[in-house]
Amino acid sequence: MSDRDPRYLLFHTGRGRFALSVVGLFVFLAIFGTILAPDDPDASSTDIFAPPSTSHLLGTTENGADVFSQLLVGARVSIIVGFAAAAISALLGSAVGLASGYFGGWTDRILDPVENWFLVIPTLPLMIVLASLLSPSLGVLIVVIGLTSWAGTGRIVRAQVLTLRERAFVERARALGAGHPYILRTHIFPNVLPLIFANTVLIVAIAILSEAALSFLGLGDPTRISWGTMLENAFESGAPSAEAWWYVIPPGLCITTLVLSVATLGYLFEEHINPRLAERRETQVTAA
Amino acid sequence: MSGRWLAGKALAALLTLVFVIVFNFFLFRVMGDPTSQLVRIPNITQERLDAIAEDYGVDKPLPTQFVDYVGDTAQLDFGISHRSRESVWTEILDALPWTLLLVGTGTLLATLIGSWLGVVAATRRGRPTDNRLLGFSTFTYSAPEYWIGIILILAFAWWVPILPAGQQVTPGIEFSGFIAEVLDVLEHLILPATAITLMLLGQYFLIMRSSMVDVLTEDFITVKRATGLPWERVVRSHAVPNALLPLVTLSAIQFGIVVGGAITVETLFSWPGLGELTFNAINDKDFPVLQGTFLVFSAGVILANLLADCLYFYLDPRVQAR
Repeated sequence: MSDRDPRYLLFHTGRGRFALSVVGLFVFLAIFGTILAPDDPDASSTDIFAPPSTSHLLGTTENGADVFSQLLVGARVSIIVGFAAAAISALLGSAVGLASGYFGGWTDRILDPVENWFLVIPTLPLMIVLASLLSPSLGVLIVVIGLTSWAGTGRIVRAQVLTLRERAFVERARALGAGHPYILRTHIFPNVLPLIFANTVLIVAIAILSEAALSFLGLGDPTRISWGTMLENAFESGAPSAEAWWYVIPPGLCITTLVLSVATLGYLFEEHINPRLAERRETQVTAA
Repeated sequence: MSGRWLAGKALAALLTLVFVIVFNFFLFRVMGDPTSQLVRIPNITQERLDAIAEDYGVDKPLPTQFVDYVGDTAQLDFGISHRSRESVWTEILDALPWTLLLVGTGTLLATLIGSWLGVVAATRRGRPTDNRLLGFSTFTYSAPEYWIGIILILAFAWWVPILPAGQQVTPGIEFSGFIAEVLDVLEHLILPATAITLMLLGQYFLIMRSSMVDVLTEDFITVKRATGLPWERVVRSHAVPNALLPLVTLSAIQFGIVVGGAITVETLFSWPGLGELTFNAINDKDFPVLQGTFLVFSAGVILANLLADCLYFYLDPRVQAR
């Protein structure tokens, strides 16, 4: 197994193993979190802002609900929004990138400024504007984040397709009379797919952070518990002044660990596709 | 020719801004009719609604509305805030200096500390210091800035109560003089500016580190060392200046992220800037204000990108030769 092999990078390097197990754990919690939660995460009690104890592993919230249970249940929103929004973003980005790169001409002249626009416009304000015009729900969050984060993928795919289009094997296919759909399907798309994949993994990380930020600002789904809404509730209810560190630290730590792990997976795939990147990182390590 | 390259960039920036204005119109007039929120007021009469609609000009056909809108925007007339009944532009002008102070301080500190740490790590590549710095910056880079902010509040405003938890000045205090007021504002600035600095630090560190690593492997560095120049001086006078270029591009890209950070961090610290204005507008469904802040944020980012392009043009002879 070469050290450029994705299986090696994932299962035999420290950071690959760490990232994979964290993502695995949180995906597991997203599915079974509601069953595993020791308490009803919405249940209120008079035991407010209670520090961690044997009955409440991570203490209680401003309503006396169990923080640990909320944490387990909250994984679902992050995972769903992260993956679904990244899927929309990947679809849009690759469609636009393929079309403007492959067809060029007017298609490119129209799509390229749109892509540029989405690259330049500050993302969080754009998401805020869209989310506050629509009423908050999980679906709205997914669509809003997906719609605002595809431009980077589009740019990368377009650049790659521009070079692929001029390659001999594509010209050969064209000379033999292959149509556009055939060339796109058999020659162009398979060659940009790894790139799209690596980039989409990174977008998952961005989407998770975006969901948390929007939820923190009160634009999340009001019917669901997420780590972002936990931080919002903690802050609004004065958890810092109650010095309720058990309520404040865990949700943010979950977001950070998940984002860090997903991003690490993305970088590992990038290294697999682009060995020059890995070689550079490697020389950095071995040169010392 | 070189001049045309800059002119092209300026034109592109202008076009992007025009696009924002058109987009704003569609968002707030077509998708979200400004009167739609008012229908929820109980017992409102149809006449009253019509009067409000006329007030906003939404009774006219869309093309007329669009021309009015563009004219108003060109004159910086963004309408009246639903909440305060004040002009949106006045509210923005009041908030802008606070945001510039917070974001400016944070960016300056992040650039200085981040690039300095980047140089430190690059010259100690692979050693414990480098690994610790890499770990620290990747962590702060992935962590939500408002979470770091909450922890700062918990730690330094409540646990060890040495700094104020929010707002820009101590309320209800008569200051003895201008200096005393400035000092009070600075005291309030420490925590939110730290949150912004920690949010941006990681990226500056990582870029500076890898840029320095590249430069340090180049031949001219080896030649400089061979001439007997002390290592410290090779780094300071020859490697660092050559490694700074990527930072210029980064600061422009970062500006879009800074805007997001300003919104969450200002909300957290009740800092009276554009971010808090945006947050209040979200809560009150105050669309004219939201529209105004979105336009100002976008214009700021577009301008920052243009400035970075100009700076790049000035710093990198390869661009000028194009």
